[in-house]
Amino acid sequence: MSRAWARLARNRSALAAFLVLVTTTLACLVGPLFTGHDPGRIYPDLVRTAPGLAAHPEPDEIAPALTRLAFRMRVAASGIVVTGGSVRMVLSDAAKPIDERVLIYLPRSDLFGPASIVERQDGGRRLVVEAPVRRLRFILGTDVLGRDLLTRSLVAGRVSLLIGAVATAVALLIGVSYGAVAGYLGGVVDAVMMRLVDMLYALPFVFFVIMLLVFFRSGLGLILVAIGAVEWLDMARLVRAQTLSLRTRDFVRAAEALGLSTPAILWRHIVPNTLGPVTVAATLLVPKVILLESFLSFLGLGVQEPATSWGALIAEGSRALESAPWMLAGPASFLVVTLIALNVLGDGLGDALDPRLAET
Amino acid sequence: MIGLILRRLVQAIPTLFLLVTGSFFLIRLAPGGPFDLERPLPPAAMQNLARVYGLDQSLIVQYGRYIAALLRGDFGPSFSFRDLTVADLFARGLPVSMILGGLALVLALTVGIGLGAFAAFRRGGWIDRAIGLFAGLTLAVPNFVVAPLLQIVFGLTLRWLPVGSWEGGAPSHLVLPVLALALPQIGAIARLTRASLNETLNAQPVRTMRAMGLPPWLVARHALRGALLPVTSILGPTAAALLTGSVVVETIFGLPGIGRAFVDGALNRDYTLVMGTVVLVAVFVIVLNIVADILCAFLDPRLRTAR
Repeated sequence: MSRAWARLARNRSALAAFLVLVTTTLACLVGPLFTGHDPGRIYPDLVRTAPGLAAHPEPDEIAPALTRLAFRMRVAASGIVVTGGSVRMVLSDAAKPIDERVLIYLPRSDLFGPASIVERQDGGRRLVVEAPVRRLRFILGTDVLGRDLLTRSLVAGRVSLLIGAVATAVALLIGVSYGAVAGYLGGVVDAVMMRLVDMLYALPFVFFVIMLLVFFRSGLGLILVAIGAVEWLDMARLVRAQTLSLRTRDFVRAAEALGLSTPAILWRHIVPNTLGPVTVAATLLVPKVILLESFLSFLGLGVQEPATSWGALIAEGSRALESAPWMLAGPASFLVVTLIALNVLGDGLGDALDPRLAET
Repeated sequence: MIGLILRRLVQAIPTLFLLVTGSFFLIRLAPGGPFDLERPLPPAAMQNLARVYGLDQSLIVQYGRYIAALLRGDFGPSFSFRDLTVADLFARGLPVSMILGGLALVLALTVGIGLGAFAAFRRGGWIDRAIGLFAGLTLAVPNFVVAPLLQIVFGLTLRWLPVGSWEGGAPSHLVLPVLALALPQIGAIARLTRASLNETLNAQPVRTMRAMGLPPWLVARHALRGALLPVTSILGPTAAALLTGSVVVETIFGLPGIGRAFVDGALNRDYTLVMGTVVLVAVFVIVLNIVADILCAFLDPRLRTAR
């Protein structure tokens, strides 16, 4: 085992993949706290902002935004001058003095800070107003509603990774116990159990999952169970094959001779010895599960609003393809990088545990 | 050989039975019915509808009737498309899905085996690594990401190909969907071919042939024959993957195939359409699995007598 670790540590691409995964997971877990935006926060004035490092609103966005705001304040805005971090403008109303409470519209718009009146002219019908310009950054841009895509991608990653981990665990639990029992008991039990697995193999399972999710209002729990229940077949076959060869080994015979109960033998002697190949299979199962979840979310059957996952974001992105291609690019890169990293790590683990490659 | 085929066909019967029974009761257990509307129909109308479609009988009777009809090859009337039977809908959608899936399968097999073999013969070289990278990428980039990307690049930017719709199966409308459907399978098949060919190239008979100085194409022929076994054995799963992939691809490109009919049917609680699609897809997957087994037996004489 330790030699396997050493081999894994020497595999530079597997190591890099592992680091990528740790980074992504950490970023998804704590990242949303540092992006400066709430995942559900809508910036109506910053819809479909292109990705980039520049702060918004940019200088050329300020004047049109102010004109829009002035319209809602029922005043006319003129003489807009941007200096450094603040904007100075003249608000005027031809008929009556301006109600100064309308200035609350400025900070409410997300783009400006609280406004202050510099000068009152013409009996309050002209106000010279100064307001700080806020500086918002959307590294991956915003979506069609004006939500920050980086924050949303990270929050979606939590759901996708959670589903990947939990559904794999479900598949692992079912598959390992099923395979170990079938392989250890052997005979008729084994034949019947594996016949069932063969039958299930021939079924179009994804269609089955879609049916489940459509007919029983989809929720996170159901998705987890449905995916886990579909993906345990490979695991069961793998563990059974391992168990068959373990069953005749001396330490298992000894345990039998000592009168250990069957569950105890399975738990103490069989299952721990299958863990190597099972780890590899589980690592390769996680990307499959994440992919399946994204597929379901893409069809609108997976995670539902306000929760989101990479698949759901990609679905939104592919609908806004022409007007905002970055809505697809951001979440899709997160998904693809994670999947590649998991696949590379799984392959690396497989190589490290493969005795045939032990000498190389 | 005939014995093998017959045995596999007999084995398929309980599988199909299990599937039909399972999905039948699952659908009926689910809340909501095919005639639930935002504005409910008057009770008398509901009763009439239920009687016409046989929904007023007990579940067991309905189940028996459905099985009996299915055995006669009758999928029943569609619940959501009035005046159409499920068979009518299949007659419309199946050709679309078959053309898509068939072309994608051919493309995936030729390109996948070709790339995998090329990589194996150039083992360790940059070509090998490039193909490995490509295969890894196609496996990790899901087709619902690839499809929009293809649409952007070839449809919207270059304006070479249409972004969607069927148009009677015009070739230009087929290119992008088939490509999107085949890409992930190309990666999987290339990896598998490369791995198994690497093994056979090191096997004794092949090494002997190489040592005796046989021309490379002859060595390749012998090695490939052995190496293609694993590839044929995943034909069944590949076909299943193409079928599920077609759900997404048909949705994105707006093609009137079986996959889309299934999702629409499920959303509309169209019991017969959903059941019919599941049965149809299962038959497809089972038949392809049998075909794959026969091909395996053809490639490897040892499998003909075994079991």
